[in-house]
Amino acid sequence: MHEILKREVLVPNTVYLKVEAPEIARKAKPGQFVILRVDEVGERFPLSLSGWDKNEGTLEVLFLIMGRSTMKLSSLKEGDCIMDVVGPLGRPTEVESYGNAMCVCSTFGVGPTITLAKALKGRGNRVISVMEAKDATYLFWEDKLKRVSDETHVVLGDGSRGKHRQASQFVKEYLESGNKLDRVFVFGRVFTMMECSQATKPFEVKTIVGLTPIMVDGTGMCGCCRVSVGGETKFTCVDGPEFDGHLVDWELLIKRKRAYLKEEAQAFDLWQLDNLRRIAELSELPGRVSVV
Amino acid sequence: MAEKSKLNLNRVPIPKQAPDERKRNFDEVALGYADEQALEEVSRCIMCKKPGCKDGCPVNVDIPEFIKAIGAGDMPEAVRILKNRNSLPGICGRVCPQETQCEMTCNLAKKGGPIAIGRLERYVADWERVHPEVREQQKERISLSGRKVAVVGSGPAALTSAADLAKLGYSVVIFEALHVAGGVLMYGIPEFRLPKVIVQGEVGYVKSLGVEIKLNHVIGKIATVDELLESGFDAIFLAPGAGAPMFLDIPGENLSGIYSANEFLTRTNLMKAYRFPEYDTPIQVGRRVAVFGAGNVAMDASRCALRFGAEEVYIVYRRSKTEMPARLEERENAEEEGVIFKLLTNPSKFIGDERGRVRAVELYEMALGEPDASGRPRPVRKPGSEFIMEVDTAIPALGTRPNPIIPSTTKGLELTKWGTVLTDEVTGRTSKDRVWCGGDMATGAATVISAMGAGRRAATDIDALLKK
Repeated sequence: MHEILKREVLVPNTVYLKVEAPEIARKAKPGQFVILRVDEVGERFPLSLSGWDKNEGTLEVLFLIMGRSTMKLSSLKEGDCIMDVVGPLGRPTEVESYGNAMCVCSTFGVGPTITLAKALKGRGNRVISVMEAKDATYLFWEDKLKRVSDETHVVLGDGSRGKHRQASQFVKEYLESGNKLDRVFVFGRVFTMMECSQATKPFEVKTIVGLTPIMVDGTGMCGCCRVSVGGETKFTCVDGPEFDGHLVDWELLIKRKRAYLKEEAQAFDLWQLDNLRRIAELSELPGRVSVV
Repeated sequence: MAEKSKLNLNRVPIPKQAPDERKRNFDEVALGYADEQALEEVSRCIMCKKPGCKDGCPVNVDIPEFIKAIGAGDMPEAVRILKNRNSLPGICGRVCPQETQCEMTCNLAKKGGPIAIGRLERYVADWERVHPEVREQQKERISLSGRKVAVVGSGPAALTSAADLAKLGYSVVIFEALHVAGGVLMYGIPEFRLPKVIVQGEVGYVKSLGVEIKLNHVIGKIATVDELLESGFDAIFLAPGAGAPMFLDIPGENLSGIYSANEFLTRTNLMKAYRFPEYDTPIQVGRRVAVFGAGNVAMDASRCALRFGAEEVYIVYRRSKTEMPARLEERENAEEEGVIFKLLTNPSKFIGDERGRVRAVELYEMALGEPDASGRPRPVRKPGSEFIMEVDTAIPALGTRPNPIIPSTTKGLELTKWGTVLTDEVTGRTSKDRVWCGGDMATGAATVISAMGAGRRAATDIDALLKK
């Protein structure tokens, strides 16, 4: 059992939790994830680590409410417990001295990006961060990201900050105007990762993406999270979760992420019906957003 | 007991749910002997002077003695004898391949009617489960040696070694990666063959010996093998199972609706997808299901598919019936329930729809040629025999490769060319000091009882070495 020490709804549908997990916190590194199971009937699902504190013995996660499991998790209060937390899983990010490193993030990718940017700076990189959000309502942790970046750019989907509406447009123009990048990292929505990878490809800037397919065990046992990278099948949980964005078969990833749309909607609706009171008690009413 | 002069070779059949009924539910298929059936079966035993059965058992259960105790109506004594050598009798009585072990070496086997030792074992174990006071009375007084052993995994090899070591006075901690203990007994073998309450009963017994079980601990991640050694464990027994599923390596294999047998069975058994949406984990089983491979896991997957309501379930196998690796009993159960065997057939590619879901598989026919390295006739592709079969769900059940997490994080652990841990067959020792290995991680996919045998041998060797 892992107690929730802090819970915050950062922006609509986006929840932050600080969870007690001393053994995992001791070993966590940027790029890794945990598998959670909220209760006895719960499914196993992965969340990227958004932070950890070895001394405090805590982990931080940040997630979008997308289905029954994330809805259930979001409805837990401070002092409640999560039944199972397993980790740290996956290979850590390769953090080296690249030179100019760009970190692009959207929604739940903001958390892991902050831990990575901090590590990159620790290795002497110049960190250029790009944050994408739908509009100002969905913007969070801009100051946190600024603190660990040399340069921070915000791109809003309604065009209210600067001329770009998508992070990929920004990345493309940044490279077109002659800026040199040695490595790009993208965490967050699949479309952000896919489009940024497409933007950097002509410039041959190696682009690392953190994939989030559906998982079950998370330890290489089932193969549910298989993706195709450079024509080879890889298991995201043990071979990843980070891969070369120029080699990922994005169409396959998106189709596999959507495989259970019908079941997810059914499970979500049923849970809401059964938990009207619990939902009413929450100060912010969460909705449900697209899986991809 | 029977007189030698009038041998009774009629094994008492075990009552089962009827095929038409059972293929639509996940309840246990075999129902177990009633008292009179068990006594009738016991009465066939001729109490040989030189019993063959014992030699056929990988953990040397004193079979004639426990059978005698049942016959004498002394069930607590039968339990004591059985558990003296086997900590997991409820499991072994259900899933051991007795026909190639104790029942094969039973002296009555030569005459065609071996004693149904597995069914009797199950009878004793099930009796114990509803008589917890017996377990309490038989609780051994253990004097702790002060030595600590870590066991990685909680499947049959791990539970056996943990129980043996605990009885010898070691403080044992089991590290299990999943959220429940039992390993393949929980995620792999279906409820209708091995009810999970039975597995948890046996896990409870191991715990009652003082073994501590840490769930959700992936060794190699949360702590490495070396860190365990440094933290004060005197020895480590690695029994994490095989792990990584193999695929067919043909085009289209990553379409949705194609599950490795491991994923299909894990969703079904561990996550209880058959109770979705009461349980959160979904599974998609269409009208037509094809399972590739013909081992016990393929039989389990095909029979689960039927229970999910599939109309046609096929086992697609590239060799013929005689080469099938599955136990005869499992094959018969699958056949009775209506699984269709497509033999001498192999897939060449999967075909998907516009949403990335599998909708068909291209198959071709095989002919049997000269014997190959395994001694079995080599299947050869028949040119021009390709055909398309429509399927909604496809399940490759081709076996597993060792999981890379422990080998890649442990210094000095030598591997074989198959990626299994190089292990001494008799002692279970690895190339690394104070580290033993057993079960699928050492041998590749095998049976529950052979893993238990490895757990026992490693426990014996660990004890011998640590006592020095």
